[in-house]
Amino acid sequence: MFREETELGKSLEHQKQLGELGGLSLKKRRLRGTCRLFVWHLRNTGVRQIPCRFVHLYHVANNRLITFQYFNFLKRMYVTRCNKDLGQRAKPKSNSIVPPFHELQQLDQEKKVVHKISPVSPVHQSWSETSSRNELREMKSAAETEDSVIPVGAESKEDRRWKEMKLRLDDLPGILARLSKIKLTALVISTTSAGFAMAPVPFELTCFLLASLGTGLASCAANSINQFFEVPFDSNMNRTKNRPLVRGQISPLLAVCFAACCGIPGIALLALGVNPLTGALGAFNIFLYTCCYTPLKRMSIANTWVGAVVGAIPPVMGWTAATGSLDAGALLLGGILYSWQFPHFNALSWGLREDYSRGGYCMMSVTHPGLCRRVALRHCLALIGLSTVAPVLNITTWTFPIISLPINLYISYLGFRFYRDADRSSSRKLFFCSLWHLPMLLLVMFTCKKSVLEKEDKGDLPGGSNEMAMEIRLP
Amino acid sequence: MAAARVLRAGACCRRRLLSSSSSISSASSSGGRAAERGERPDSAGLGFRPPAHSHSDWIGPPDKHSNLRPIIFYVPPDESALERRLREARQEAQASNQRFWARHNRAFRQEKEEFIYSRLKAKGLELRDESGQKATLNAEEMADFYKDFLSKNFKKHLQYNRDWYKHNFRITFLMGQVALVRALRWLRRRKKNVQQ
Repeated sequence: MFREETELGKSLEHQKQLGELGGLSLKKRRLRGTCRLFVWHLRNTGVRQIPCRFVHLYHVANNRLITFQYFNFLKRMYVTRCNKDLGQRAKPKSNSIVPPFHELQQLDQEKKVVHKISPVSPVHQSWSETSSRNELREMKSAAETEDSVIPVGAESKEDRRWKEMKLRLDDLPGILARLSKIKLTALVISTTSAGFAMAPVPFELTCFLLASLGTGLASCAANSINQFFEVPFDSNMNRTKNRPLVRGQISPLLAVCFAACCGIPGIALLALGVNPLTGALGAFNIFLYTCCYTPLKRMSIANTWVGAVVGAIPPVMGWTAATGSLDAGALLLGGILYSWQFPHFNALSWGLREDYSRGGYCMMSVTHPGLCRRVALRHCLALIGLSTVAPVLNITTWTFPIISLPINLYISYLGFRFYRDADRSSSRKLFFCSLWHLPMLLLVMFTCKKSVLEKEDKGDLPGGSNEMAMEIRLP
Repeated sequence: MAAARVLRAGACCRRRLLSSSSSISSASSSGGRAAERGERPDSAGLGFRPPAHSHSDWIGPPDKHSNLRPIIFYVPPDESALERRLREARQEAQASNQRFWARHNRAFRQEKEEFIYSRLKAKGLELRDESGQKATLNAEEMADFYKDFLSKNFKKHLQYNRDWYKHNFRITFLMGQVALVRALRWLRRRKKNVQQ
């Protein structure tokens, strides 16, 4: 139960790392085959009876616990969407609540759900003992805004929604985790590790740990500054309205201090503990993200390309941390991450057009929808090409393009469907596919990595190393 | 952390409440007069009064129109000139943000209704269908509206971005100065206590 609570408590905060497509329905699918990477939950978008809801919620919670055991933050944050949806449904339809949220879900079934919300919300409030404070607050706000003419009871309810802006030290770790977008940071660290692992040098544990830690700190710093810059815009978007700065849980000064306390040691660690090239790349990436991407989001659609570069640099950093030089392999890995960003983000942004339009964000999905879909498809196909280049550069064996062909073809197929149909369901399929496609691709790449020992025999390695070489050979 | 500590007002005594939604001068004058009389003025328009013993700012639920959370600032009786500048900068930024977003969101809602109405009319449908539900357009039909709205408001957003960044930097810089002054004051006081 406690784990459930913490999960639920984090759900609203962590849900939006990869964004929300605004739909009410989630599909439950089990991936066949050896890798069951995803379990996500089926929800009918129709009418819900009260008893069923408890069962349903229990089921959801169970599923989330199960999925948590399976994997990493990547999927958990995605699965925890279930809770967010439940939280959203608790809001009754009312004109005073942010309308775009409702207009975002233009499904027919939504009308029925909307009708059902009023009777359900009292039940939700009794259930709310186990739910997070956030959900409780949201439900209360929903409940009290629908009846504005109530005696003393409503005043105290309204009053309870006011919070003292006093920083409590035991809340601080959670607040800082949300400020630094800890899940996104973990993803960034994992791509850096992938870059490190793919480098054709013997594996050094200390270097690996230093590189990962340094990159993680740099990512925390960049994310904190990003949130510092975007407070009023985040308040107006459903995906981001529960961030710490928006809710006043932390002051802007503290956010900047935290960013400095993460960024400076992080870059110093990379520059001094690993090598200056990696440090420079880390510093450049922070600059690119905070000073180029963040302001550019509101000025031009070029932000997507800049953002793709930001995502591509961490594996390059991992590679340079291992080898100390920026060679073709690093660029290839960066290229794969770069290309991956487009189907991922373009599909995601397709469902957020209303929020982007109202918030003033210049995104391709709003201003150039045709380009948005073309670019996504183009880069899905580029992934196939890049996978084929990998053995040419001696990074992997020739089995890699062959084994990765099915998943690359699948994402390209979904990209093509998105290009042709241009609707919500195809965008969601593409987005969800991108979530598992990247980890799988990197995993396959790693298993197909060209053995270091082979290279040593051929005398390719610059000098021997006493450390144990990490070699993986396919039978 | 020193920063966390200094962000909490240390002084006790009377509390003057200032709400940001009312004009600064009228609120402060009425607040000041009321405080002198020993009463607590209501935070005009926000319907909430922080408890008297509290020495920190209070943040409320998101506003209906602007989605921004209003803050009621605590005014310590021994507020220095620097602290007053900080508080006024924050109030000004809050008021300006509130004005912008309330107006912007209202315009969005209105234009969206108009767009839906005109499209439905063009399709020959009524605004409400048989069951009395508001008819809606699907996401693809709304896409034209979103694109149009974004391009119409582009310049407005550029201007707002500039203002917001200026406010943000100024407030954070003042916060830094206030924190530094308080930290130095605290250190000096501690040194004096140690010497005594």
